[in-house]
Amino acid sequence: MHRVVITGQGTINALGADVAQTLDAFKAGRCGIGELDIRDVDRLAIRIGGQVKNYDPNAEFNRQQISLYDRFTQFSLLAAREAIAQSGLTFSDQLAAQAGVVLGTAGGGMNTQDENYRAVYEDGKNRVHPFVVPKLMNNAAAAHLSMQYNLKGPSFTVATACASSNHAMGLAFQFVRSGMTKAMVTGGSESMLCFGGVKAWEGLRVMSKDACRPFSANRNGMVQGEGAAIFVFEEYEHAKARGAVILAEVIGFAMSSDAADIVMPSKQGAARAISGALIDAGLNASDVGYINAHGTGTAANDKTECAAVADVFGAHADRLMMSSTKSMHGHVIGGTGAIELLACIMALREGVVAPTINYDEPDPECALDVVPNEARDAPVNVALSNAFAFGGMNAVLALRKAS
Amino acid sequence: MAESVKDQVVAIIAEQAILEVADINMDATLEDLGIDSLGLVESIFAIEEAFDISVPFNANDPSASEFDISSVTSIIGAVENLVAEQKG
Repeated sequence: MHRVVITGQGTINALGADVAQTLDAFKAGRCGIGELDIRDVDRLAIRIGGQVKNYDPNAEFNRQQISLYDRFTQFSLLAAREAIAQSGLTFSDQLAAQAGVVLGTAGGGMNTQDENYRAVYEDGKNRVHPFVVPKLMNNAAAAHLSMQYNLKGPSFTVATACASSNHAMGLAFQFVRSGMTKAMVTGGSESMLCFGGVKAWEGLRVMSKDACRPFSANRNGMVQGEGAAIFVFEEYEHAKARGAVILAEVIGFAMSSDAADIVMPSKQGAARAISGALIDAGLNASDVGYINAHGTGTAANDKTECAAVADVFGAHADRLMMSSTKSMHGHVIGGTGAIELLACIMALREGVVAPTINYDEPDPECALDVVPNEARDAPVNVALSNAFAFGGMNAVLALRKAS
Repeated sequence: MAESVKDQVVAIIAEQAILEVADINMDATLEDLGIDSLGLVESIFAIEEAFDISVPFNANDPSASEFDISSVTSIIGAVENLVAEQKG
């Protein structure tokens, strides 16, 4: 068993075009959710989202690249560029042969699907661009990362809806821990803020029309976001030997399945994933200082998640902090766990816990310290990141402060 | 018109509940009829499609929605109002 550390992080999301901007927003409790600026928005009942604004793909990529890169791939490449640059790693020889990229996404190239279905069904065209398939496929982002950075080991994409990137990062962690590779690039990306993507979510009747208010008694649903976060996971001795800056250590991971309902969450399933991560990391419940909650802002998730945490942590549940940064960046679906890991790393490195904003009224069914509305200075040695997906698929990561 | 709304709503609910129309008790709640949260969302979708109306309903807090789903009768009344408002 090898120790696994994080030596690079990168992101683009509604809160910022990089990690620094995102962490500033976390600290300020700034909301990145606003009115959607997408085609046919007037035909949607839900018109808000955590959209990446002021983004010009032409400033980042050339025409040939854009013909192959869906928006979710573009986000992945931009986040990876930041993460890999920070890590200082160059992938060559044996390191390149073993290192791969495991990403999470739920929808893959949803914008590409939307645009091209519109072209053939609505506009009546009988011809589409030749690269529609390689652009929309779920593994496109991982594939382009492997090509750009010479990652020749195991690369693939995990799709477990809202838990996708936690599952992806958990697998990357296990690969490095097992000794099969010295490094992995991992994280997740999502971009389904297009007419079809939002319309589909609208149908489920779980979306809020005005704000994401996790754990607040007046919460009325989730708000979708978009973006990516990418990390470099590296074997500890390898990172230490080359003098890399260690951002945090990944110490445990667990997965569980509710095996119960396609959309309703299960307290037992969530609790088994949380306690599994503690066991995998060799932690006592009382070691945990912060949990980045799944915290979607739906009635069902938030009360179920609080009940699961209360079950696992007992009296310690009242002493730990648990916040949902989805209140700021929205629910980034298959990329959400990756973006939320940034808040865990911030808590461990800087001792600043990101808040749950839009918290208006206490809910007796969510009676935990949700770090309401304002970031808090508090030393944190161990953090968990929860993800509980539709389909009852749960994945929880455990991180420790770099030592 | 009112009779027709009632018949269509009862037919939609009966289909979701996998019951005969004759077995739908007007005072029953959807829960009594064995319709869960997903069945409720599907029923509302079917009502919107059948009457070409938009039903204000948020699954996060069904009881707070303007659309009263407390019984079959209340649903029929709510649909009649929406049809009158939106199609009248």
